[in-house]
Amino acid sequence: MRHTFVVHVEDKPGVLNRVASLFRRRAFNIESLTVGHTETSGVSRMTIVVDTDANGAKRLEANLYKLVNVLRVTDLTAEAAVVRELTLIRVKADHETRTHIMQLVDTFRAKVVDVAPDTLIIEATGTEEKIDGLVGVLEPYDVLEMVRTGRVAMSRGQQAPVEVPADESPAEADDNVSYSV
Amino acid sequence: MANIRTGAQILWESLVREGVTTVFGYPGGAILPAYDAMLEYPIRHVLVRHEQGATHMADGYARASGEVGVAIATSGPGATNMVTGIATAMLDSSPMVCITGQVGSKLIGSDAFQETDVTGVTLPITKHNYLVSDVDEVAPTIHEAFYVAKSGRPGPVLVDITKDAQQSSTEFVWDDSPVQLPGYRPELRATDAEYQQAVELINGAKRPVIFAGHGVMLSGAMDLVREFAERANIPIAMTLLGIGSVPALHPLNLGMMGMHGEAWVNQAIQEADLLLAFGMRFDDRVTGNLKTYAPNARKIHIDIDPAEFNKNVLVDVTLAGDLSAVLTDLLPHVERGDRSDWLSAIGVMKGDSAVRDVQNIPDSGHLYAAHVINDIWRMTDGQAVVVTDVGQHQMWEAQYYHHQEPRSLITSGGLGTMGFALPAAIGAKLSRPDAEVWVVVGDGGFQMTMCELATIAQEKVKVNVAIINNGYLGMVRQWQEFFYERRYAATPLLSPDFAKLADAFGVKSAQVARRQDVEPTIEMARAHEGAVVIDFRVEQEDTVYPMVPAGADLHAMIRRPSSSPIVETADD
Repeated sequence: MRHTFVVHVEDKPGVLNRVASLFRRRAFNIESLTVGHTETSGVSRMTIVVDTDANGAKRLEANLYKLVNVLRVTDLTAEAAVVRELTLIRVKADHETRTHIMQLVDTFRAKVVDVAPDTLIIEATGTEEKIDGLVGVLEPYDVLEMVRTGRVAMSRGQQAPVEVPADESPAEADDNVSYSV
Repeated sequence: MANIRTGAQILWESLVREGVTTVFGYPGGAILPAYDAMLEYPIRHVLVRHEQGATHMADGYARASGEVGVAIATSGPGATNMVTGIATAMLDSSPMVCITGQVGSKLIGSDAFQETDVTGVTLPITKHNYLVSDVDEVAPTIHEAFYVAKSGRPGPVLVDITKDAQQSSTEFVWDDSPVQLPGYRPELRATDAEYQQAVELINGAKRPVIFAGHGVMLSGAMDLVREFAERANIPIAMTLLGIGSVPALHPLNLGMMGMHGEAWVNQAIQEADLLLAFGMRFDDRVTGNLKTYAPNARKIHIDIDPAEFNKNVLVDVTLAGDLSAVLTDLLPHVERGDRSDWLSAIGVMKGDSAVRDVQNIPDSGHLYAAHVINDIWRMTDGQAVVVTDVGQHQMWEAQYYHHQEPRSLITSGGLGTMGFALPAAIGAKLSRPDAEVWVVVGDGGFQMTMCELATIAQEKVKVNVAIINNGYLGMVRQWQEFFYERRYAATPLLSPDFAKLADAFGVKSAQVARRQDVEPTIEMARAHEGAVVIDFRVEQEDTVYPMVPAGADLHAMIRRPSSSPIVETADD
């Protein structure tokens, strides 16, 4: 199954290489990896998605801890967490189709961030399932270009409700959560 | 700013403060400032003939003494030549610090002369590595490197220092307070629940076996393991690198397990109801086929590195931590046990194997490697430090030299590095000058690093070198014999006359082809003041038995055939 790790690392040269090298060397396949700053200066945060079993995830965590520059590893897979991905999609849109597309964008609570005579750029944030859904409905209009960031994740506060299961439709699943973008 | 030093001087100031007295190295352009400064410091520098040798020497130094070994080389080819030695130390958890020069920081990334991205190259084979381009970072990095190398599960650390960092000056400040690394967790502690589970399994076991691995020695837990085994009457099987952690002649010590372990040891493992793995990692050479491995046994794994848990063998209880600390916690709860039924059952498995001592075989005119090794054992009273290479001789050494002392067998177990023995023995001897050091090496491996005979001559290192010369790459030949229909592809080996070769290096030599000459020649070597190389011309197509073919069931070993001279009894 897919495991989502949040890895706090020292912000030093070569640390991304050390982490990525570890996955390669131990034959784990990275599905996505994002890295950025955190609230603490000198500390970077990686969100890494890996397809492995529970035992593999445990060993991966132990191996990550062996890297001197790794500060903290959390496997969010079994925890209540907010998991999001950001995407930008350039889709073909002329005066006939533009309105239809913008309605779809509204339904998915996405945004149009660029309008050109024959294209739109749509920005969407949400779970992978929601974005997959958006991409699915846009495909008939001709998706020209797409970029997805891969997962970022954060565990929920203690009082927060557990996220609704992923098998519900993407639009409904997002009803009671706010978006960061 | 009274205490101004160059980075090169600070390097040695720091090494001296870390207790370093001996380094193994080879100079070159990017490390020249450090070499120039070295002359001002109380350091013995051993000039090697190849940087691979420097790393094996540092490794041997570390394994024999427990101290961190230090190797030094220049940038580019000097550093890349270290790769094999670093990987060897990594797989066997040997504490080592490698210092390499690097081109000036402004040249990095320009493909300058002798520039290699050495921290990149060694990233997966070091415990950690550093690129130092700021003179102010030299002292703290050396301090940190030694701490990382020897703490927790030990391993090699590489410090790459740019030429300008060596040449620049700064105030030297030595902070020897304990290193604080925010993310580094060298030691862990298991939970009380895990301890409780372990204690229940141990006290309830009827057919338990203890596995003593390299971690027993790295942790200094030899006495605790013995006490544990004696209290609960549990037999001990050793990994190759665990040899010496429990005296070979201790009544509870079964011997080595795994691919070339004795049949009764592997059989006991397969019939056990509990395995207690102490500081070992269930290498594939130890387990054979994982699907049929110890099918009836519950398993307790104690290791300082939790990344080893459930890696190869799924276990029931894991106890993370330093073995000595874990055993100290466990011991009071371990009940005294009898287990005489189990011990006598193992005795039955042993059968007549024990009396098939190689020394009982009448002299048939053949010289077998086992004779040579058994005679070295007998004549050194089991007290020598033996450094082996990799191959058949390595397995025969493990079978026929009965090590009584910890850190007395030094061998490349995990990586299986041919060429390891000769340089590693130099390091071992220099770290333990009072020890009698023997090299047991094949004719193949010897030729990989035999240039270090010149180092032995120049540094006047007293080691005795027993070349087990069978004219083949013997272990590969054995696999070809068993698994490739005796198609001996690239295994027959033409070698120089090793005795003449040693003479040319200025090292005393002898050649032995008859069994009756083995003993007097060993005696001669022991008595001689300087190093001695003995070319033992042994039987060419001899085979290491028993053998569990790679990936086969541990109990499905190829046993000694009755036609083999090694298993002939005195009656034959």
